[in-house]
Amino acid sequence: MTDSPTVSVNGTSYSLHGTPPWMSLLDFVRSQGLTGAKEGCAEGECGACSVLVVRPDGDQASRWTALNACLTPAVAFASQEVVTSEGLGEPDALHPVQHEMAVRGGSQCGYCTPGFICSMASEYYRPGREGHGEGDAEHGANGFDIHSLSGNLCRCTGYRPIRDAAFALGSPETDDRFAARCAAPAPAHPTAEVTVDGATFLRPGTLDEALAALSAHPDAVLVAGSTDWGVEANLRGSRAAYLIGIDRLDELRELTIGEDAIQIGAALTLSEIERQLEGRIPLLDKLFPQFASRLIRNGATIGGNLGTGSPIGDTPPALLALEASLVLAGPGGERTVPLADYFTGYRQTVCAPDELIKAARIPLPLSPITAFHKIAKRRFDDISSVAVGLALETEAGVISKARIGLGGVAATPIRALATEAALEGSPWSRETFVRAAGVLREEGTPMDDHRASSAYRKAMLGTALLRLHRDESPQEATA
Amino acid sequence: MSSLSERPSKPVVGQEIPHEAASQHVTGRALYTDDLVVRHPGILHAHPVQSTVAHAKVTRLDVEPALRVPGVVRVLTAADVPGVNDAGIKHDEPLFPDEVMFHGHAICWVLGETLEAARLGAAAVEVDYEPLPALMTVPEAIAAESFQGAQPLMERGDVSAGFARATRVFSGEFEFAGQEHFYLETHCSLAVVDENGQIFIQSSTQHPSETQDIVSHVLGVPGHAVTVQCLRMGGGFGGKEMQPHGFAAIAALGATLTGRPVRLRLNRTQDMTMSGKRHGFHATWRVGFDDEGRVQALDTTITADGGWSLDLSEPVLARALCHLDNAYWIPEFRALGRIAKTHKTSQTAFRGFGGPQGMLVFEDILGRCAPALGIPAHELRRRNFYTDGQSTPYGQPVRHASRAATCWEQVWRDGDLETRLAEVQRFNDSHEDIKRGLAITPVKFGISFNLTAFNQGGALVLVYKDGSVLINHGGTEMGQGLHTKMLQVAATALGLPLSKVRLAPTRTDKVPNTSATAASSGADLNGGAVKNACEQIIERLRVVASGKLGVPAADIRFADGVVSGLGTKATIEWDELVKAAYFQRVQLSAAGYYRTEGLHWDSSVMQGSPFKYFAYGVAATEVEVDGLTGAYTTRRVDIVHDVGDSLSPLVDIGQVEGGFVQGAGWLTLEDLRWDTSDRPTRGRLATQAASTYKLPSFSEVPAEFNVRLLEDAHEDGAVYGSKAVGEPPLMLAFSVREALRQAAAAFGAPGVCVDLASPATPEAVYWAIESARAGGWTPDDDVAVDHARTAGDRHPDSERETVGV
Repeated sequence: MTDSPTVSVNGTSYSLHGTPPWMSLLDFVRSQGLTGAKEGCAEGECGACSVLVVRPDGDQASRWTALNACLTPAVAFASQEVVTSEGLGEPDALHPVQHEMAVRGGSQCGYCTPGFICSMASEYYRPGREGHGEGDAEHGANGFDIHSLSGNLCRCTGYRPIRDAAFALGSPETDDRFAARCAAPAPAHPTAEVTVDGATFLRPGTLDEALAALSAHPDAVLVAGSTDWGVEANLRGSRAAYLIGIDRLDELRELTIGEDAIQIGAALTLSEIERQLEGRIPLLDKLFPQFASRLIRNGATIGGNLGTGSPIGDTPPALLALEASLVLAGPGGERTVPLADYFTGYRQTVCAPDELIKAARIPLPLSPITAFHKIAKRRFDDISSVAVGLALETEAGVISKARIGLGGVAATPIRALATEAALEGSPWSRETFVRAAGVLREEGTPMDDHRASSAYRKAMLGTALLRLHRDESPQEATA
Repeated sequence: MSSLSERPSKPVVGQEIPHEAASQHVTGRALYTDDLVVRHPGILHAHPVQSTVAHAKVTRLDVEPALRVPGVVRVLTAADVPGVNDAGIKHDEPLFPDEVMFHGHAICWVLGETLEAARLGAAAVEVDYEPLPALMTVPEAIAAESFQGAQPLMERGDVSAGFARATRVFSGEFEFAGQEHFYLETHCSLAVVDENGQIFIQSSTQHPSETQDIVSHVLGVPGHAVTVQCLRMGGGFGGKEMQPHGFAAIAALGATLTGRPVRLRLNRTQDMTMSGKRHGFHATWRVGFDDEGRVQALDTTITADGGWSLDLSEPVLARALCHLDNAYWIPEFRALGRIAKTHKTSQTAFRGFGGPQGMLVFEDILGRCAPALGIPAHELRRRNFYTDGQSTPYGQPVRHASRAATCWEQVWRDGDLETRLAEVQRFNDSHEDIKRGLAITPVKFGISFNLTAFNQGGALVLVYKDGSVLINHGGTEMGQGLHTKMLQVAATALGLPLSKVRLAPTRTDKVPNTSATAASSGADLNGGAVKNACEQIIERLRVVASGKLGVPAADIRFADGVVSGLGTKATIEWDELVKAAYFQRVQLSAAGYYRTEGLHWDSSVMQGSPFKYFAYGVAATEVEVDGLTGAYTTRRVDIVHDVGDSLSPLVDIGQVEGGFVQGAGWLTLEDLRWDTSDRPTRGRLATQAASTYKLPSFSEVPAEFNVRLLEDAHEDGAVYGSKAVGEPPLMLAFSVREALRQAAAAFGAPGVCVDLASPATPEAVYWAIESARAGGWTPDDDVAVDHARTAGDRHPDSERETVGV
């Protein structure tokens, strides 16, 4: 443990001494005179604060990962390496990403631009990007995935020149210092503790240390990517006396694929899970692109999405359909709880104050027919008004198993048990789905709010099964 | 060709160059107001105490608890105002109110050593309220007869005669939402009292001169004691035309009272809950067509949702009335405008400034009624275009009317519309759950401030002894590329390469009495002034060069930094000539000035020629809609837009594309919701953050997006033959809305009329589809109905007052 942890920004070491735990990385770098990164929304929606952080890519390599600097406490970056738009290039020596954006009209007012630059640079250096492009509106022939910019908003350009800049990028030169950095491991993450005015941030070294701290401070707030807590701190002024950063705990960062289950460590980010699964869980592959934005997925963890207990989290409907269970770790050891039993009320769960989520476990084999429907105003980076996870099996033309998870229609994510019963044992036919759709419409107790009317939410529950039938029917013969 | 519009050989204007600050933008070096905080040690931070009710008397305000919070330095209240307690120019916007008029209204401001201290101090302030009734919607305000400001009537011909002539007469009602600006940079001001006692305010403002005016009247000091600078803005879109002044005044008041720099930056939620937005409108209308679908008469009453104070609502309403016609000839015309007073933020300028709202009313009418007339919507639109020689309902001849048709024909041809309309039909015939729509719509937009006095601009051009040039002008940079264009204008007028010219930030002590950078007029007004200043200097240098080169002054040419003369091979370098001029005691600086000639406007009768010219454009948009969810994608957009002879093509293309997407956001996605319930939270803005108010993102960009500038489009009345571009393209987005309407209609029986809500969110589209399946909107075909019905909407006071601007 060190008394004065530091963070490296653009190669310069800055002391985090005296930095309050609620101060974001964004406010910290700006207070040091690095004002390139901007605050646009302070809730991880606009990406104007995006910076690059060195994150592990296996044990031996690393990758430039773009994150929302507005959400994560600065002290969580103790011993870490951060690069901002200022560090990528100079006005008379532009980085390739900066050059393409500048000459193609990718900036107008320029306020969102430093954030776009960092998100774009992260994708520029993504291993395996080059030469895998499909050449459509969302994937450049250079392999650039426009979804990497889904968490960056621009109010001026209409995005076309930014897309052109992204798709015009070549590959890093052989002497590119940022590319070279990826060949070495990510920085270590030693234990760190900072206390300012009675408020503490602790990054424990092991799971046992984390659990001990949690037992000693029952009101402590656990943060990983801090994509939920950061919003609470910024927009609602929440201040915790004790924050425990668990995002670097090795015990929470394992993904194992066994004979009868896949276990996903709670502190793995959505982006890491997507990469490590390599498509092994098709339902989650349908979910990932719809889960917030790439910037958020780079920070947000599966444990965090479940730990908040939110009724509108994106993973629970999918995980309920997958019949997932959660491994909870506490001072007395570990226990496994089916996800269907985990939620007990609005933002309430069975997780005890001295427990934390260690992993999510998804049983194998998987049901072959799956879908994830997220209803929202905007396709990229929106919060669902209704989310439906579906996993079905058929046998000789009859639906033998149906699991349906719902979000946004009750105080907690729920299983659509009546609908599952209405489907199971019935033939795979439009009539079955129309009948079951009538049952699904009545599941839950959807509300009227600014995202949608209850009537629309009900209607969308109803059409979810019709969409599944429409989209999956060609597979009927082989299912 | 006028001398104003004529270009010399090898002009720098017209070159396709990046934004002048692009290299600074992409490297994080471009500074915005809040980036200056670290340069001011000892700076104080301001935080508001915001009302938690929509309408109430403040019966008790106790700031003592705030002063006990560590780090709180002072609380600013009405008692601290040495001058006038008002943040506007209509004296209806108290800076520190004793009656709160909307949920979120700032009551007082806390200054702290840190933002955290100021925030905690604000939370400690105690306020007691005596609640009063709050009006949250335009229909509520109409029912309560809660109006503010003038109620102008625009009339031409005799609508009764028009309706009598018509063979089909329809009437309807339409209420549509406003729009949050969501400039990425929120409101920000930073004030210091400088070494000379001058109050110096750095502000994110589109209107530095008015910021100066308001600060000076709040502080009770003359204008010469206050200087306002705007480095650049992280977006403005009209939201920083009137709204920054009060925030600047708070910062300035704090700085004068404490002697320390004060920074006031709103966070996103404060910005969204405190600052004004685009006006939503309500309209009732009656329209008559002949058998061929030619419009015979329009009678309408449009009511703007003004919010709690007037702000710019009167001129916004005037522009709405001036754009009801869009590109269409409406022979008999009658339109009454009103401004509802509601308990919301005070709605304000937003790109288009009422023009989009006026046009939307009539484009909605055309889109809704076309099926009832049995005429394809595109045909109905095209058939009603203005032709040369016709005039607008306010009496201005429609100059270059045929340009709308020219744009239309080019979009039709380049966009291959004939073929694609047939393809859409085939697609729809063969798909049950998914339908497509393809719509084409025009824009005609008047350029100049409606109020004639605002149509003036100023500049200051300084040539230094070494030949380098520094320009100042009265316009502000908010991303629209004005500074880029002004550099190009100066380089062209002086015959210099761009590298010789530098531009300094906008300041009121360099160019005084400026107009807002608004109404798309920035390049027209300031470009005219920069050119004028440069020409004054060139005329003086011409004489010096004449002596050096031995040719008449009239035969001297300036190009690319080299000065030459007709009939001689001798030349002089610019730098050399400047040095010679200095030693000959020739003045090397000039203040430039420009006023737009030929404008007049009589707001008492809503008649005149308020616009120098019209900008035209046409867009065609194809969408695909999922009938099971109402979700949609934009497959392709084709645009041809008239920017005159472009000053800066990369900049202009960017304005067209950005305006289009912003307009599409307003019409489809951006969904302002206030709490209209009777709960204690009544009046609270429910969509007050980026997580609940969704802007267009990459997922809304058209898969194929073709934008072309109209060629051979010289405009005689503007600098170097160009046209304004800031606002008009926003209205090209009507094509998206109309395409969605047509796709929704395709789910119903042929000929079904569709009433589509605005914004057309996926949910709204879903309900439109359900309605189309159930038979659609039934037009009230009321040719026999008493004509007095819509006339009865006219407010008794409508002729008493006149519109201000």
